[in-house]
Formats: sequence, C-alpha cells, structure tokens
Amino acid sequence: MSDRIVDKTAAELAADIREGRLTAVAVTTAFLDRIAAVDGTVKAFLHVDREGALATAREVDEALARGEELGPLAGVPIAVKDVVVTKGLPTTAASKILEGWIPPYDATITERIKAAKMPILGKTNLDEFAMGSSTEYSAYAQTVNPWDTARIPGGSGGGSAAAVAAKMAPLAIGTDTGGSIRQPGAVTGTFGAKPTYGSNSRYGLIAFSSSLDTPGPVSRNALDGALLHEVISGYDPRDSTAIDAPVPPVVAAAKAGADGDLSGVKLGVVKEFDQTFDAAEPGVVEAYRQAVEQLAKLGAEIVEVSCPSFSYALPTYYLIAPSEASSNLARYDGVRYGLRAGDDGRHGLEEVMSLTREAGFGPEVKRRIILGTYALSAGYVDAFYGKAQKVRTLIKRDFEAAFERVDALISPTTPFIAFKFGERTGDPYQMYLADLYTIPTNLYGGPGVSVPVGLSEGMPVGLQVMGPVMGDDITYRVAAAVESTQDTLLADTAPEIEEQ
Amino acid sequence: MSRLNDYDKAVETYEPVLGLETHIELDTNTKMFCGCSTAFGAEPNTQTCPVCLALPGALPVANKAAIEATVKIGLALNCHIAEWTRFARKNYFYPDMPKNFQTSQYEEPLCENGYVEVAVDGVDYRIEIERVHLEEDTGKTLHVGGATGRIHGATESLVDYNRAGIPLVEIVTKPVPGTGALAPEVAKAYVAELRDIVRSLGVSDVRMEQGSLRCDVNLSLNKPGEEWGTRTETKNVNSLRSVERAVRYEVRRQSALLDDGVKIIQETRHFHESTGETSPGRSKEEATDYRYFPEPDLAVMEPSREWVEELRAGLPELPRKRRERLQATWGLGDKEMQSVVNADAVGLIEATVAAGTTPTGAVKWWLGELSRRANEAGAELGALAITPEQVAELQGMVDDGRLNDKLARQVIDGVLAGEGSPVEVAAKRGLEVVSDTGALEAAVDEAISANPAVAEKIRGGTHAAAGVLIGAVMKATKGQADAGTVRKIILEKLG
Ligand SMILES: [Zn+2]
Repeated sequence: MSDRIVDKTAAELAADIREGRLTAVAVTTAFLDRIAAVDGTVKAFLHVDREGALATAREVDEALARGEELGPLAGVPIAVKDVVVTKGLPTTAASKILEGWIPPYDATITERIKAAKMPILGKTNLDEFAMGSSTEYSAYAQTVNPWDTARIPGGSGGGSAAAVAAKMAPLAIGTDTGGSIRQPGAVTGTFGAKPTYGSNSRYGLIAFSSSLDTPGPVSRNALDGALLHEVISGYDPRDSTAIDAPVPPVVAAAKAGADGDLSGVKLGVVKEFDQTFDAAEPGVVEAYRQAVEQLAKLGAEIVEVSCPSFSYALPTYYLIAPSEASSNLARYDGVRYGLRAGDDGRHGLEEVMSLTREAGFGPEVKRRIILGTYALSAGYVDAFYGKAQKVRTLIKRDFEAAFERVDALISPTTPFIAFKFGERTGDPYQMYLADLYTIPTNLYGGPGVSVPVGLSEGMPVGLQVMGPVMGDDITYRVAAAVESTQDTLLADTAPEIEEQ
Repeated sequence: MSRLNDYDKAVETYEPVLGLETHIELDTNTKMFCGCSTAFGAEPNTQTCPVCLALPGALPVANKAAIEATVKIGLALNCHIAEWTRFARKNYFYPDMPKNFQTSQYEEPLCENGYVEVAVDGVDYRIEIERVHLEEDTGKTLHVGGATGRIHGATESLVDYNRAGIPLVEIVTKPVPGTGALAPEVAKAYVAELRDIVRSLGVSDVRMEQGSLRCDVNLSLNKPGEEWGTRTETKNVNSLRSVERAVRYEVRRQSALLDDGVKIIQETRHFHESTGETSPGRSKEEATDYRYFPEPDLAVMEPSREWVEELRAGLPELPRKRRERLQATWGLGDKEMQSVVNADAVGLIEATVAAGTTPTGAVKWWLGELSRRANEAGAELGALAITPEQVAELQGMVDDGRLNDKLARQVIDGVLAGEGSPVEVAAKRGLEVVSDTGALEAAVDEAISANPAVAEKIRGGTHAAAGVLIGAVMKATKGQADAGTVRKIILEKLG
C-alpha cells in the first residue's frame, strides 16, 4: 500500500491526526489537491470550499496543540451531497431552480459534521433533486465513474460515490430515497449505508420524498461508514419523524464483523428477488452467488425467505415518492429565493411562477411532478396514492415476518453494473430498474448497506445487507465480515485516474 | 348589481339553510410549526425563519400549545376529541403561501361532532358542529401600482410572511335549517357565541379588527317541503355585523333569482364591507383540486384520554353559564338581558360594573347612548373609543350630581373625540352641574320677575307651570343646573 494520504481510510487518517503523525491541514490539503488534480475528469463536485475546509483543519490542529479532546473523526475531511443545506455554501440540489441560492442555515447533519470538526471539502453532484440513478439528470455536470469514465457513477448520489471512489474525499454524505446511497456505492466499488428512517435527521435535507428520504454515510469501507454514521446519527427534535432512541452501536458492529466470524448469524435470501435474476446481468448474479457462499463459509446460516409484496415495490415507490415530491417541490416558485423567470413587467404573478418552474426544473423532475400530481388528483387518489400506501404496509409486514426468522436479508444491490451514458435515459423504466432491490428497504424504513463484493466485466458489484428497523448494527457487521474476506479492499483496486 | 327581493317577502317564500366556517387565529406565543413570534404589527418579514419561509430543507414541528387550545375549543363545543388524528397537506399555488401547500387537516380532524346553543328572541337554536381542526395561516400579499390594492393592474406584489404559519382553528358547522326569517340573527349570534367561547377559554383574544376571526357564510334557499337548494359560499366575512348582512343579502339575491326561475350556481362569493353586497368568485367547475394527502413531515397525534379529561375538567365557566349568572346578579329581566347580548355588551357591562358602578347605570349607557353612537358610526359597540372604566367614571359623576344626563352626553362627545377621561373632558369643556345654590337662587329670582303671570299661577297651586321657569333657569345656566334642584327652589319661593 502506498503512503499517499489520500489512500488512507478515514479511521487511519483520524488516528494519524489524533496521534500527531499528520496535521489536519496536511490531510485536508492533500484531498483538496487531489480534487484539483482529478475532478476536472471526474466532475464529482459542484462546489469546492478550499478556504472553509482549511479553516476547520487549522482549528483542529490548534485544538490538538492545546491538548483538547476532539471527536473520533476530527480533522478528517468530508464531501457533502448538494442536497444537504450548508450555511453560507451554495446548495443547489443540482437544479437550475436553486442556482445561486446561499442557505442562511445549516442542516442538522451539517451542524453535527461541523461540531465533529470535520473539514467540509465541498458539495457533490447528484441527479436533480435526487431523482435518478445515474447523475445524468444533474443540471450542472456529468459526473463519471472513476472505474470507467464512459460509464455512469450511479445516482442520485453519483457525486459523493465518485468523490470517495476517486479518493477526492475519504468520506461523504449521501441521501437515499430509493437507493441513492447504495446503488452508487455498488457501481463505484464503495461502501454506502442507508440508515433506519428517522434515526438520521432530515432537517435541512432538501426534500424529495419525505417519508422515504434518509441521509447516510458514503465511505471506502464499513468501519469508516460506521464512524461517520455515529457522528451524524441520533435524535433531532427539529425533525418530527425522528426516532428518539439510542444510536445502534455500528462502530462496534463493524469492528466485530472484521473478525470474519458470522457463526450464529442467520441471513435471508429473498425468493422473489431470485425470481428476477433472469433479467439481471449474469455477472452481477454470479458475484452475488459467490458472496453468499463466502458468507456461509464465515459461519452464517443462509435461509430462503418469501416476501411476496416485494414484487410490487417498484410501482408502489413510483406512486408514493412522486406524490410527495409533487408537493415538496411546489415551494420552488421564484417568489422567495432561487431562479425567477419572466419577471419582466409583462407577466402576471401566476405566469412568473409557471415560467420559473418551466425554466428551472429538468425533464426527470417534471416527469415526477406530473406523475405525483396525477396520483393525488381527485378521482385517482384512492386508486393510486391510496393503494400504494396499502401495499407499503404489506411490504413492511413482509420485512417484519422475515426478521422473525433471520437477522438480516441479503441481495445484489442493483441488477446491473454501471451502464454507459445515455443507455437508459431514453426509457425511464429501464432507469428505475436500477433500484429494484433497494426500494423495498425505503418503503419499510429499515437500514440497508451496500458493500463491494466483486467485479463483473471489470466493474464493481455490490452486496446489499438489509436489517430490521433500528438494527443498523447487523448490516455493518455483515458488511465488515464480507470485507474481511478480501485481501485488498475492493475500493483500493480502482484504476488510477490520471492527475492533471 | 343583482336584482334583490325585499327580505321579508323572500323569507315568506323560501327557507334558508345556513352553514358557517369560522377561522380563528390562536394567541399562542409562537407559530404553528416554528418558533417565530406571532405578535401583530411587526415590520414585514421580521417574524420569519427557514420553516415559515419554506426554505429548502426546513421541517415543521407542531406547536403543542396550539393543539391543546384546539382540544379546549372542541371540548367547549361539546365535540368528540379524536383518539388518532393527523395533519394533511392542502396543495394549491399562491404567493402568500410559502410552501404552496397549507398544512391543515383533512379526513382526521382533531375534534368532531359537537354543538353549541344560541338564543335569539328567547328561542334556543342548536347549531351542530361538524368539525374543529387546526391549520396554519398564510402570509399577506400587497399589490402595488394598481387601483385600490387589487391584483388587477398592479405592477408589483409584495408579500409579508409574518402571518404565515400562525395557528388557525377552523370550526365548521353542519347545515343549519329551521332558522327562517331569523337566519341573519342566528348566524350572527352563533359567531358571537363562538367568539365569546374562544375568549373565555383564553386561547385567543379574537381581535376581529385585526382579522383574527374570519367567516365563510354558506347559504341556500328552498321552498318549504322541498329539498335544500344549491349553496353559495361567501368568503371573508369579518365582523358580526357583516355576517348578518351577508346572510340577509344572499337571501334577497338568491330569492330574486329563484323567483325568476334561474338556478343558483355553486360558487364562492366575495363580501364587500362597504356596500354589504356579495359578488361572484370561483365557480365549482373552476374549483381547485387540493390533492389532499397526509402530511409526511409530521407525526400522527394520539391525544390520551387522561389528558383530554384533564383539559375538560379545567375548562372555565362558559359564556352561556356566565350570562345566566350575570343576569341574576344584575337583576335583569329576560328581554333586557337579551338586548344586552344582542348589543354584544355582556363583557362591557361586566367590566363597567367591576369598575364601580351599578348594573342599572352600566346597562343604561351601553344599551342607550353608546349603542346609538355605535350604530351611527357603523361600528361594533366594543370598538367605540370609550372604556368600561370611563363609562363607570361618567356614571359616578352623574350619581354625585356633578353631571346630568344632558351634560353627560356632551362629555361622551369629548371622550369619543379623544379628549381624555370624563373628568378631564368635563373640566376642559367646563361641563359641570351648577351646584352653587346662591347662583341658582339668583337665576330663579330673575326668572320669576321676568315671568310674573307664570309665578302667579304657581302661587295659585298650579305646580305644573313650574316647567316654564325651570326652562328659563336652565337656559340661563346653559343646562348646567340640576332640574330637580331648580324645581325645589322655585316651589320653596312660590309655595
Ligand atoms: Zn418561522
């Protein structure tokens, strides 16, 4: 392993800073320089805050020099998905409609990152308003997959995943509504966790679908993800859907999993997912099957479970999420902030609102607003939104029944490896299939992680581990056990990007 | 302007069915879903935050005090308090609505199925309450550059979000049939009762002049024995008097249309304070589809039965009980008390009595001279620029013989003109009964010598003739003498 700062894991960097082997300024500078060198190719960042990041790093070094005790990730830099509000730093949700908006307040997780003294490197790219699976719907930039620059980095959190995969950041924040942390993790060979809904505050997270959105960590391995998870997680009275309970011990679980012993752990494979494997890429299925074998070798008992309602998860999601989105995105009207179009004295108030939305939203966002508006309309609401809510309840029950028999469920994270640009933008349904295996977890509200398990056609494949509500620890333990079987962490085998 | 029927003729032919939706702003310290102040009259947009401005990412947290206040209102209106209730989003675009949806309640209101009783002309009417729910107020839009602040022709629109997010309770009645010709009075009495109940609970001062109570008046007409007619919904009727006028106007307008065989269209109408007329707004065909759905950003509420019972036990004396108690204390007859209620003077008289005057004195001023003044000004009695304390002070001066009724009316002129308290006005205007008997006796002597024939009659025993002399004395003293005293002196001198 090289001695480059950017190759180190977050846990290593934190120890180096704490124990005086590296300064926070040196670490932060190394990542900022790496961004300067490779982000021209990767285009993971929409905004880089060199000054702000270095200022925090200096504070860390000064505090350590004074002998102060700091948090476990003090001085370790982080990239933040541009859908999380950061006071004083542009926040766009990768939409033209928020171009130039500077938030006057911090999201709860931003506050917690700042309180943990982690330098914020910048804001990362995403599909507009987190709607997409390829980051191709960003209004600003096309982020590429560091493993193959002709391919997508996943989405919506393609920027955060690519930043970590290309070693421009040791850690990043993602958000996951239907798979936006896990699927980019799978296709970029990084680790990503969607925590239990309500265990991580949504306050200051630009809403896509309120009942599904969950912020979470993006990292190179499970332990780093767990360290970040514990920094950002925990009850927040400003989020009425927050769970007031102790954070599951994910760091301890990741450490325990690293022993590679899963004896006594029951892992469920979902029959209804197996039935879709014909439509999945063979290389992905193969890598997944090998992972299942590995897990069995580590002592886990593999049990087949049936979750019949999972077959309806995709259509259920595409009624609930757009319905909520159509209402959540109504506030972007040009009246109070962001873009305003047509305010030339010739257009009335309602026309300006309409022209602003026409000019400010991209095609996928418009598609989902229209879908959601339709699903909530008088005469259709019961058949669409109402029925979807009922199916959602059935999906929850499937999970609850499964977790009476097993400790966690496993599946491929996504049915295919990173596809080429433009391959699926012509057919929304083909794009939506990327989240086939991740969506049920969002509808249920439980935790799910994606951990790299192998390659197909030279591109990374992820294994998804799903746990019961507030059982995030088991997902980290299983993921860390998977990592323990790899001589070199998969994330460390990505092809080198030429520095400029 | 629409053709109007004579009201009395209209209600001979048609039976009105009323419905009232009342919005009341609660007096919580903070807004419904954020910590911003609710104080009235601050500089525009100074009482705002990420939540009530609907900045990206901001989330609501429900105000517990507002929920408690709504449950109290529900209990006072004899409602069932829901075991399980939640907020819903009412989606529509309007610039003064920051989120472009209003967080309200839809199928699961906090309180349901209550009733309130109001009396008009000694008859009790039971108004059934369908629901009481909690929601948030919108901001205020100001249109600049056009005529009279209307959106039409305006060059700019300014929005003040200070009001956006203030807790609003909506109280909806079931249809109210059977009020006949008294529909306007029943509607007014109901809103007055609601206001008094809310005030008695201490959850809102209900300052109507600040728009903290707003009414939508539904009205339909049908011929006796026939099905109920199509209703119109008259929006933003914002005073008791306007409620009465709006009902009366719609009865006259709709009956004229029905007489002509014209169908009433279901529509919202606007009430015009200046003319007392209503004009058409949106019709049902153009009505917004609000796309209600449960608010995913807020948790479901499950008011515990223990808590509800605790609140029920803590309810204060409600207006009806209070009126019965006061009527007994004041010794008023039913008719007189009804007049007090109709004049909306219960609280005013109570405060006047509390300030140290007799119930008779207080009733006399508020139902007499002051009611007349309010009518002249087209204002509510309570909106007159005179306080109960000042009325008590005035009556005190009468009781002391320092003012007679005529002078007292002139003192009221001064108080209403903002010249100060009754004592101050009397001093400034030099209004005081002449109590110096020496001066009075001189004035009487003068009157006797000026009217010898009259004086002779009185000496002869025709005491009624004294009026002529009293009048002369009053004239000479510019009305500042006490007529009784003058009479006494005259009779002593000529008796
Ligand atoms: Zn606020």
